[in-house]
Amino acid sequence: MKRFTTLTSRAIPLLRDNIDTDTVIPSREMKSTGRTGLADGLFAPWRYADAAARTPDPAFPLNQPEAAGQRILLAGANFGCGSSREHAVWALMEWGIACVIAPGFAPIFQANALRNGLLPVVLPAPAIAAMPWADVTIDLPAQTVACGQSVHPFAIAPEPKEMLLEGLDAIDLTLKARPQIDAWTARDRALRPWVYPEQQP
Amino acid sequence: MTGPRTFFAKIWDAHHVADTAAGAALIAIDRVFLHERTGAAALKAMAAAGRPVHDPARVFAVMDHIVDTRPGRGDQTLMPGGQAFITETREAALAAGITLFDVTDPDQGITHVISPELGIVLPGLTLVAPDSHTCTQGALGALAWGIGSSEAEHAMATGVLRLGRPQSMRVTFTGQLAPGVTAKDMALALLATHGAGGGAGHVVEFAGEAVRALDIESRMTLCNMATEFAAMTGIIAPDERTYAYLAGRRHAPPAFDHPHWQSLHTDHGATFDREIVIDAGALAPMVTWGTSPEHAVAVDGTVPQGPQRAHEYTGLAAGTPIKGTPIDAAFIGSCTNARLSDLRRAARLLKGRRISPAIRKALVVPGSMAVRRAAEAEGLDKVFADAGFEWRESGCSLCFYAGGEGFAPGSRTISSTNRNFEGRQGPGIRTHIASPETVAASALAGAIADPREMMR
Ligand code: SF4
Repeated sequence: MKRFTTLTSRAIPLLRDNIDTDTVIPSREMKSTGRTGLADGLFAPWRYADAAARTPDPAFPLNQPEAAGQRILLAGANFGCGSSREHAVWALMEWGIACVIAPGFAPIFQANALRNGLLPVVLPAPAIAAMPWADVTIDLPAQTVACGQSVHPFAIAPEPKEMLLEGLDAIDLTLKARPQIDAWTARDRALRPWVYPEQQP
Repeated sequence: MTGPRTFFAKIWDAHHVADTAAGAALIAIDRVFLHERTGAAALKAMAAAGRPVHDPARVFAVMDHIVDTRPGRGDQTLMPGGQAFITETREAALAAGITLFDVTDPDQGITHVISPELGIVLPGLTLVAPDSHTCTQGALGALAWGIGSSEAEHAMATGVLRLGRPQSMRVTFTGQLAPGVTAKDMALALLATHGAGGGAGHVVEFAGEAVRALDIESRMTLCNMATEFAAMTGIIAPDERTYAYLAGRRHAPPAFDHPHWQSLHTDHGATFDREIVIDAGALAPMVTWGTSPEHAVAVDGTVPQGPQRAHEYTGLAAGTPIKGTPIDAAFIGSCTNARLSDLRRAARLLKGRRISPAIRKALVVPGSMAVRRAAEAEGLDKVFADAGFEWRESGCSLCFYAGGEGFAPGSRTISSTNRNFEGRQGPGIRTHIASPETVAASALAGAIADPREMMR
């Protein structure tokens, strides 16, 4: 996973509530079983006046000239609701987004984001309302978002914070606990044998 | 000794393998279920990293999302590029040694329909799938939730997930549902009153007299929409009905006589982080008007003021009565409402009647091939066909649009599904979600209708 420490970028506003992952990356834009080639389909229903012809809608925030190369997205409440597709995170990251700031996230999107090095930051809506197109600095070690004169603290659980800062791979880390997992499984197998079917022939 | 615990806490504690250095927990995962939409990606990534599946006997996969539902189907699908998802999932599943329910398997069906049918999900288990509606399976008393592909890899490679402990919430439905009001309406009423973000951070236990009174299939409908509530998952404590439902299913244990099964409930006196109480007796059939499942109203109500974008997308202004809104298409299917009891209730309204000529496309897509066979044994397929519905093979079908088959451009659709997002059923398609009986009544009327007025 990519490391995340600090980031300064202009913040692109997409201040709508309940933005779902079908809209972030529609199913028809997920053209292969891989994780790449998704940026082009990011927000396709909103970003293109004609999605088939790929005619951009100039009014859509990501299409505005000042959005080019920027890395922070501002969104409304319950961002990333709906489908569990991790492609939503992969598409955002491939386009260049490294941090989404919203008043709240859907849980599966939030977990997917943290696993891939995309930082989801929860801030109150009024704080976000002051940020569109402003330069915003995220400081993950200090857990703050700075915009102009305001500095807002944000919460993140210690484990995902450490994993982001160090760029750790969750599976590698967990495999170090293999002896504990095996011991637990052996105990559980005696307690709940029905959980452990024999291997299919 | 511990004090009184919630049902959720009992499952969590029983699966707690270890704490991590930074205060999360390793939680053992008993079952992983994959489908072709996200399964091949997870299995292929593991193979590429040289990580084997830790215990293949506890991993299952099925073709449900992209697979065609037209009669005589094979690997070909109308979705552009869709065939690769099917063939790559098959290859990856075979290589990994997991159990696959393939396109022509008699047990094929939507993940969350077949897992209970086959007794793969059981009370007290943890089950994850890279699909948000995995919460459906909480109706069987399991802690079952949706994850992403990376987490699916993690669970398959290690047998555990690294998790922060969620909070607990109890949603109690008191009283009794009136005739024509269903579990779907309970879920929509919860969303309408507490919002699509209302359950964030929580595991929701559904409880109360009206929940106990639901059959197992209806409990699945209720738990299905826990993800629409932004909850980690929904769960219902098992009871006699649960064990009667599971008895004799292929992957279920031969008997449920171990004392463990009797311990799976919230202890008297246990406390939740949040409690919500809803009077089920006061509920009416619900239907959505907008582009979030929280945009739900009683079918005899009027469209409230919501986000302007939602009004523009659905073309319905605040103050408009929702009943009587003309529709072009009807869909009965999905992991929310495509089990046998759902089809029976819809068929009861449709029997001997024809849907309105205004309806350009009407589909019934059984939740599994087992549901399809059982429905055909009762003659439900004929009832649907005589009424003007197409009778399909099982799968997700037009619950979501993957390219390929779709509704006519601009269609207003009434669907027994769970998501009315912009474009969910196709670009520009306006979706109204409702119970199967409300879908059936509306298809007959050619406009959103109150099923209570057509019941007999
Ligand atoms: S039926 Fe619809 S909601 Fe259910 S798993 Fe399939 S696509 Fe998802």
